[in-house]
Amino acid sequence: MTVDRSLHAQGVTLGYGDRTIVDSLDLQIPPGRITAIVGANACGKSTLLKAMARLLPPSAGEVLLDGKAIHRMPTKQVARVLGLLPQSPIAPDGIAVSDLVSRGRHPHQGALSRWTRADDEAVARALEATDVTHLADRPVDELSGGQRQRVWIAMALAQETDVLLLDEPTTFLDISHQVDVLDLLADLNRERGTTVAMVLHDLNLAARYADHLVAMAQGQIVAAGDPGEVLTEDTVRRVFGLDSRVVPDPLTGSPLVIPIGRHHTLIEPEQKDAAAAAEVEAGAQVG
Amino acid sequence: MLWVALFVLALAVVAVLSVTFGARDVAPADIWAGLTGSTDTTSAAAVSKRVPRTILAMLVGAALAVAGAVLQGATRNPLADPQILGINGGAALAIVTGIAFFGLNSASGYIWVGMIGAAGAALFVYAVGSLGRGGPTPLRLALAGAVSAVAFSSLLSAILLPRINVMSVFRFWQVGGVGGATPETILQVLPFLLVGLVVCLASASSLNTLALGDELAAGLGARVRTARVTASAGAVILCGAATAVAGPIGFVGLVVPHICRLLVGVDHRWLLPVSAAGGAILLTVSDIVGRIIARPEEIEVGIVTALIGAPFFIALVRRQRMRAV
Amino acid sequence: MSTVVSEPHVGDALSVVQAGRRRRRRRWALVTGILALTVVAAFAVSLMFGQTFYTPAEVWGVLTGHRVSGASFTVGELRLPRAVTALLTGLCFGMGGVVFQSMLRNALASPDVIGINTGASAAAVFGIVVLGLGETEVSVMAMAAALAVALSIYLLAYRKGGSGPRLILIGIGVAAMCQAVVSYVISRAAEWDLPAAMRWITGNLNDATWDRALPVAGAVIVLGPLLLSLAGRLEILRMGDETAAAVGLPVERSRLLLIVAAVGLLAFGTAAAGPIAFVSFLAGPIAVRLLGPVGSPILPAGLVGALLVLVADFCAQYAFGTRLPVGVITGVLGAPYLVYLLVRSSRSGGTTL
Repeated sequence: MTVDRSLHAQGVTLGYGDRTIVDSLDLQIPPGRITAIVGANACGKSTLLKAMARLLPPSAGEVLLDGKAIHRMPTKQVARVLGLLPQSPIAPDGIAVSDLVSRGRHPHQGALSRWTRADDEAVARALEATDVTHLADRPVDELSGGQRQRVWIAMALAQETDVLLLDEPTTFLDISHQVDVLDLLADLNRERGTTVAMVLHDLNLAARYADHLVAMAQGQIVAAGDPGEVLTEDTVRRVFGLDSRVVPDPLTGSPLVIPIGRHHTLIEPEQKDAAAAAEVEAGAQVG
Repeated sequence: MLWVALFVLALAVVAVLSVTFGARDVAPADIWAGLTGSTDTTSAAAVSKRVPRTILAMLVGAALAVAGAVLQGATRNPLADPQILGINGGAALAIVTGIAFFGLNSASGYIWVGMIGAAGAALFVYAVGSLGRGGPTPLRLALAGAVSAVAFSSLLSAILLPRINVMSVFRFWQVGGVGGATPETILQVLPFLLVGLVVCLASASSLNTLALGDELAAGLGARVRTARVTASAGAVILCGAATAVAGPIGFVGLVVPHICRLLVGVDHRWLLPVSAAGGAILLTVSDIVGRIIARPEEIEVGIVTALIGAPFFIALVRRQRMRAV
Repeated sequence: MSTVVSEPHVGDALSVVQAGRRRRRRRWALVTGILALTVVAAFAVSLMFGQTFYTPAEVWGVLTGHRVSGASFTVGELRLPRAVTALLTGLCFGMGGVVFQSMLRNALASPDVIGINTGASAAAVFGIVVLGLGETEVSVMAMAAALAVALSIYLLAYRKGGSGPRLILIGIGVAAMCQAVVSYVISRAAEWDLPAAMRWITGNLNDATWDRALPVAGAVIVLGPLLLSLAGRLEILRMGDETAAAVGLPVERSRLLLIVAAVGLLAFGTAAAGPIAFVSFLAGPIAVRLLGPVGSPILPAGLVGALLVLVADFCAQYAFGTRLPVGVITGVLGAPYLVYLLVRSSRSGGTTL
């Protein structure tokens, strides 16, 4: 249903004013897969995503979409192929869900903004895919966090792009809504072949849902590839400065990062045997 | 300590300059004659008029600067200024209402009414600025002040337009100047300014605590509401009295505290006195500039402070991290 | 979750979407239509009523070019240009104001507050008092000044990857400077210049002539449709710069176009009648409240603005014994409106538009 697009950052240097955040970075977003970008705060992951979404022009290097520099292409043309869900989108006061989702059709409308049946159908499909049809006439500001996020994704879906970029789509949601949104993105990827690239702050969810994991620290890519290979104790230490234990997730097999702090660490094996022995003795005494 | 001494010295220098320079040139002999009270020659008379003018400029400048510093501290808003917050506008409206409807015509009457107007305006602007989620952010307060200022000035026009005689007096007062200073006016406004100053200085340490944020301050045992109200009351007294006597003069309350903060830090126990001195200097210098720059005409001090202060304000806004605002 | 028993098909979603859109369009058309009719009614009233009452027949006679004794002068030469100017300037202020309030996402950020109207006033007052210019030159000066002020505020605010709040605050600073210029010039003005100069302070439709109505008519005819064609872009900008760019809107260019069109309208409106206080401030929020979130508020706000000016001018002429300038009436409305905002502040967000 979608076309495979190549999205590629080549030697990009990014910054705001005099501050350089990302320096000469290369990143390939594999087409048709789900990519997750993780890293500590201020490592440049959001900045990088913005550059790839054409929001931030690089001071050096280029972002290439199918081999063409994205910042030299007209915005509308890019928006037909690449959609972005920014971190804090603003919903105009009182706007209804279907109205907001309809805004996603903007890149497909000509200069005269004529609304066609095809536009309506795209909006309907988007509402269906995100399961918010029953909310279509409700004001967006009355919805819960999870519902609202689904509506924003519906808007991006109505854009009918081949690539979807998301900046921290799960950050302010509770756990059930986080899983809900990620499952939805996985559905999109499997059923439509949409290339998904997102910045996530939760390492474990990123490892579970991503086909391709990119770990960043201080404006550089520390590791990129299959989550099982990328998410190692060493990577976690380099990216977050955190000691951890990485074990296979008992449910999905993807790497599960268990942080090691100063308290509540595993008791040593000898202590564990002693404790078990003491328990048996206590039980014997009672029994 | 060093800064205080420097400021006092600067103040003395500026005072001398103010008496010496002006719309007309005077000879040294005339200066001495004027200072000692003789008004034999026109030059000496000019000098003897400059003395109260200088004193008033210093008093009003100090008052506005301290009021600005207190408002900035009490609202945690780096952009607070009696003019921007519409407080001067409210004072003006109250005074004009008093003149038009109650036949007010004494300086002390103006001052009392001015303070009431200032207080009313402060409450109104704060309330409007607190609308919406997130409470009174600096942006909302500034907007509320600007909108209220327009509202006040329209009401003011509505009152003035049918009363031409009041109008013609008013259009000079509205510009904001210390040209009409006499020893009598100074004596009348002085008690109010002193009371306001004392209240503000006494609030200095609670302003320090308020700067930490309401919750933290309360956690440290400060009575947040009382502290804010008392400090603001002091500021309002200063604004109201200063505006009543010299018209609405803007930007002194904004610019001076910022500069003084760069010099002596954010401890209000130092900041307030230094701001007072700084305000006195700024206003006197503005007055001197106004007198010299357009000889033999004068440009009132309110214009000069606006033309200097507004670019400073704009530069300040550009440097601010907008998220903080 | 869903209360529907059967599984929803795409077909159902399609009809829901279409029904929603039709409903919104209908409401927009209804509200705008009613506003338009009200404006026409107010226009008619201002032609018929006054010190002398003229019947609709007589007014219609004048409008269609016949000579009607008595009415031809009063209605044709006095009331008609005044009403037309009122309507046109109201349109300008309403449409221009709502554009700024929507772009800056704050109902308090109206052009009369952020220095644009004050800039026009300052230039005009300077032109009248200091340079002694005539009507047309003063209008042109005012327009140039308004554009210059708007663009410099915009540039100052948006240079470092800018923001709406910064633009608002800078605008307030610029307004203060311009106000100082105005006060200064007024205080130096000779007595005979005062009436003309005062018009630039409060907004006044007295002595409205066809000469003054013509430029603003031209502006409305040219810039009005331009602004309305940009309405869709404005709606998208309300989602924030990033989301707007994400759906393919060229953000900078759109903003600039919107500002130029809006400022053009505001400047011509100010040139024709002075800075009529608070029309820009009130028209947008009133229109949005009447309309609801069903489409672009630009045209409804223009109509509300026209209505405000027509009604306020009528009151200004006849309700108070003396003839007051219209700007005083609308200015006085501002304070109660703020109080009204205060009273209903316990509800939603409060100041966003």
